[in-house]
Amino acid sequence: MGSDGETAGDRSAALRAVGLSKIYGSGEVEVRALSDVALDLYAGEMVVLLGASGSGKSTLLNILGGLDTPTTGSVLFEGQDLTASDDAGLTRFRRDYVGFVFQFYNLIASLTARENVALVTEIAPDPMDPEEALAVVGLEERMDHFPAQLSGGEQQRVAIARAIAKRPKILLCDEPTGALDSKTGIIVLEALESVNRELQTTTAIITHNSVTAAMADRVIYLADGRISRIDRNASRKAARTLAW
Amino acid sequence: MVGRALDRKLLRDLWRLRAQVASIAFVIASGIALLVMSLSAVEALRESADAYYERCRFGNVFASVKRAPLYLQRRIEEIPGVQSVQLRIGAQAVLDLEGFAEPLMGRLVSVPEGEQPILNRLVLRSGRFVAAGRTNEVVVNESFAQAHGLQPGDSISAVINDRKRELRIVGTAMSPEFIYVLPPFALVPDKARFGILWMGRKALEAAYGQEGSFNDLSLTVLRDADTRPIIRQLDALLEPYGSTGAIDRRDHLSAWFVTNELKQNEATARILPTIFLLVAAFLTNAVLSRLIATERSEIGLLKAFGYSSAQVGAHYAKLVVAIVLLGIALGWVLGAVLGRISTGLYAENLNFALLIYRPGPSSFLIGALVSLAVALGATFRAVRGAALLPPIVAMRPPAPPVFRRRRGGGGRLRSWIDEPTRILIRQILRWPRRSAVTALSFAGAVGLMILSLQFTDAIDALAATHFGEALREDLALGFVDPKSTTVLSDVERLPGVLAAEPMRFVAADLSSGYRTHRGAVIGVGADSRMTRIFDVERGPLPVPPSGLVLSESLADKLGVRVGDDVWVRVLEGERLLRSVQVANVFGSYIGTAAYMDIVALNRMLGDRPMVEYVNALIDEDRLPALMARLKNLPAVSTVALKHVAVASFHEIVAASLMVFVGFFSAFSFALGFGVTYNAQRIALSERGRELATLRVLGFSRHDALYILLGETLLLVCVALPIGCVVGWVLTAIFVNASGFQTEMMRLPLEIQASTYGLSVLFLLLASLVSGAAMKRQVDHLDLISVLKTRE
Ligand SMILES: Nc1ncnc2c1ncn2[C@@H]1O[C@H](COP(=O)(O)OP(=O)(O)OP(=O)(O)O)[C@@H](O)[C@H]1O
Ligand SMILES: [Mg+2]
Repeated sequence: MGSDGETAGDRSAALRAVGLSKIYGSGEVEVRALSDVALDLYAGEMVVLLGASGSGKSTLLNILGGLDTPTTGSVLFEGQDLTASDDAGLTRFRRDYVGFVFQFYNLIASLTARENVALVTEIAPDPMDPEEALAVVGLEERMDHFPAQLSGGEQQRVAIARAIAKRPKILLCDEPTGALDSKTGIIVLEALESVNRELQTTTAIITHNSVTAAMADRVIYLADGRISRIDRNASRKAARTLAW
Repeated sequence: MVGRALDRKLLRDLWRLRAQVASIAFVIASGIALLVMSLSAVEALRESADAYYERCRFGNVFASVKRAPLYLQRRIEEIPGVQSVQLRIGAQAVLDLEGFAEPLMGRLVSVPEGEQPILNRLVLRSGRFVAAGRTNEVVVNESFAQAHGLQPGDSISAVINDRKRELRIVGTAMSPEFIYVLPPFALVPDKARFGILWMGRKALEAAYGQEGSFNDLSLTVLRDADTRPIIRQLDALLEPYGSTGAIDRRDHLSAWFVTNELKQNEATARILPTIFLLVAAFLTNAVLSRLIATERSEIGLLKAFGYSSAQVGAHYAKLVVAIVLLGIALGWVLGAVLGRISTGLYAENLNFALLIYRPGPSSFLIGALVSLAVALGATFRAVRGAALLPPIVAMRPPAPPVFRRRRGGGGRLRSWIDEPTRILIRQILRWPRRSAVTALSFAGAVGLMILSLQFTDAIDALAATHFGEALREDLALGFVDPKSTTVLSDVERLPGVLAAEPMRFVAADLSSGYRTHRGAVIGVGADSRMTRIFDVERGPLPVPPSGLVLSESLADKLGVRVGDDVWVRVLEGERLLRSVQVANVFGSYIGTAAYMDIVALNRMLGDRPMVEYVNALIDEDRLPALMARLKNLPAVSTVALKHVAVASFHEIVAASLMVFVGFFSAFSFALGFGVTYNAQRIALSERGRELATLRVLGFSRHDALYILLGETLLLVCVALPIGCVVGWVLTAIFVNASGFQTEMMRLPLEIQASTYGLSVLFLLLASLVSGAAMKRQVDHLDLISVLKTRE
């Protein structure tokens, strides 16, 4: 594991972003979603990304997870440059190491909750059972329902079960509690917390809810495609003690 | 375990897309079915003909003479390569059936009493052979008997050697010699007006004074023997006896027509289904790419989870293969069933006594492989397109190309176009490539319909030219022997005859270099107004004072042009050999005619002026009286009425060429429907969410349907004129394909406005009907689930 741990002392960077920028479109309609972002995610830490709508949070997360490519800059995973690897390399990276929760859930409509999870566990090297993952998010009763038969929040929990089921090294969650009431939201955050604790999963969570920030090691603020501030919490609050 | 969830998704997707799956499978099936049907039918006909010839010992060489002694048999058998020899008496006769107004023509053929001939055996269909000692017994060909409802026990009268005789029918039969029962001078078979009468040899000998002699010969050769030297020796041997020259089986009238018919059908069977399969392949490609394009976000999602491009590709390949396999299976079954049916229909037209339908695997395999390759190609391209994108980009709906707002126009456009229309137009303009492909597939469907419907136009145009412009006589009379020109005034005196013109018909070999054509030179008067040399483009051509005027197909066959010399070997009388210059060449759709001025022809032959035929214009009202007279004119051997010829031409050609064309049209129409249905179905799946959202926002069902169908209909309208052009081009490719142009027939490129109209109308109708099916879907759009789920 290539590490130079510049600020966090004992921890090494699991993911390192260097000089990332992302520009959509060109000419008149050019949108600068990220400009010159540098960021280290340390192994096993939990970070929360905060920022106004359109500030570039999703863009950053997608690039970190190898779902999208930056316009310039690079992402290093365990010292390897992801932006330099080919499609097969990126695919392997996503398959073996990364769990995603998408802002829009992205469940496959023709598969049940269990099958949506199985879709990922079938190709992962060391997965949980789909049933187990669904139990973590409290959906063991609804395993055989199709997405259209689930509420928005339930769909989001399926998406989270799908992300944690592979026991990922890196867990990237785009507004995982956006559609949930505080009680369910906290169940979900507890699940993320326990995966982070027990598996040492490096976890990044995008949220609009600043209360969530208290459970992170670090809080990263984005504004206009740049990191405007990084706060380090002296101590992490347990998810179940949060309330909003 | 890998892929179980994916496989489950596959099955569910197939079920969810079942309507589309069915219509795509049908498009594929129609291409394959048509290919299998046509190729296997041709294969079956060829095999059946061969088996029929083999089983009935159809001769390899044929000759006819004026009269030759039977003792020549030994000398003929001694010609190296000859296997068996059959010497017969044959004659032409006018028949008379009670209750049938016109005189009928008949061919009398001698057979041994009470047994099968050694060659050209009969297949007895009812009754028995003629018995020894019964001079009035005949066996008639089955199709003639059927046309008149004749059965063993009935009788028929015939003018035999100037004497009218009553004959008793004792049996009906088929023969490999008369698969194609062609009356003299006719273009197409006529079941009713030309009969074959097999009569005891003794009876015919007596009637024609041919005791101890023969005038008709056929022989078989040893396996693989070359017939050319045999024909040469035979010609030398028979020359003193008035031989018109021996011919190979290839040139035997019936066999020649069967071969040509098969050739033409084979060309049709190759070219049409190939065009069809290619168009179907294009359509398959278009619908599959579009189908997979709608799966783009799922492809992105699978990639995001870490499925490799190959795994994702395999998944969609499975989907497509399932659809294609369904189409292939359907196509095979349909093709084999229709192949059998169309073989039967052909066989009924042609008088095949036995039918072998045993299709080989090649047409099945070709169809399946082409379809599979095309479908997988389309899948590969479409999946690759989505898999190469970064997953997050693929997961988003495809970004429209930057939409440039035009200055000026936009504002005004906005003011008078309502919102749904703007949405609809923008859809089309935003995806120009997809819109173009969809429009092109509509155009392809229209083109196929035009190609299949134009056959009727072409046949009509061909008949109009041939019978309306070239052969304008109402009646052609042929004589037992060439007559002196005084016969003209005899004919003119017949009741109802308005005018008469002479015509010579001289059997001859035409050759240039090593190329030979066995046919005839037709002599027409320079001022002939009935039989004219009619060029399909230039109109009637003058009859040159000397030299030959060849039809284009004959000139091509001989490889000669205007100004070249052709050797003419006359096959009768003194068997003159003359070199004659080609004075002109005329384009014609039918046959291989060679015309010459009748005076020049007489001069060349050194005869006093003679005629073999007289053409006449007649008064329709007095036709019955004329027919009654002709029935009793012994000198007349041929009575060819034009309106009968035209009718049987249409009937026979319709029944034969139209077997294919009928199925072909049905398929092209089905294809047109499949394509429009599919386009709308896919539009619905691409647009379902958007339409549901619009509905939620307050747009009416009507608006939603309008947006959905408007797009297709607009594309259909764009496609229609293109489709007409495509149809014209496909037709041009087809009629010019060398395989289709046989010696017998070339098809004109004549597409009627009604053909364009019908095809265009049908596609409009098809899109409206499938639109009506869409209406139900749009009315029942599940607004709630659409808003709840993100795919
Ligand atoms: N495909 C795209 N084409 C053009 N611009 C885009 C595209 N995707 C994102 N953007 C723009 O990039 C910027 C950053 O988008 P991003 O989705 O990262 O924001 P976000 O911080 O996740 O916002 P939110 O909290 O609303 O989800 C936005 O201004 C957005 O409009
Ligand atoms: Mg976002």
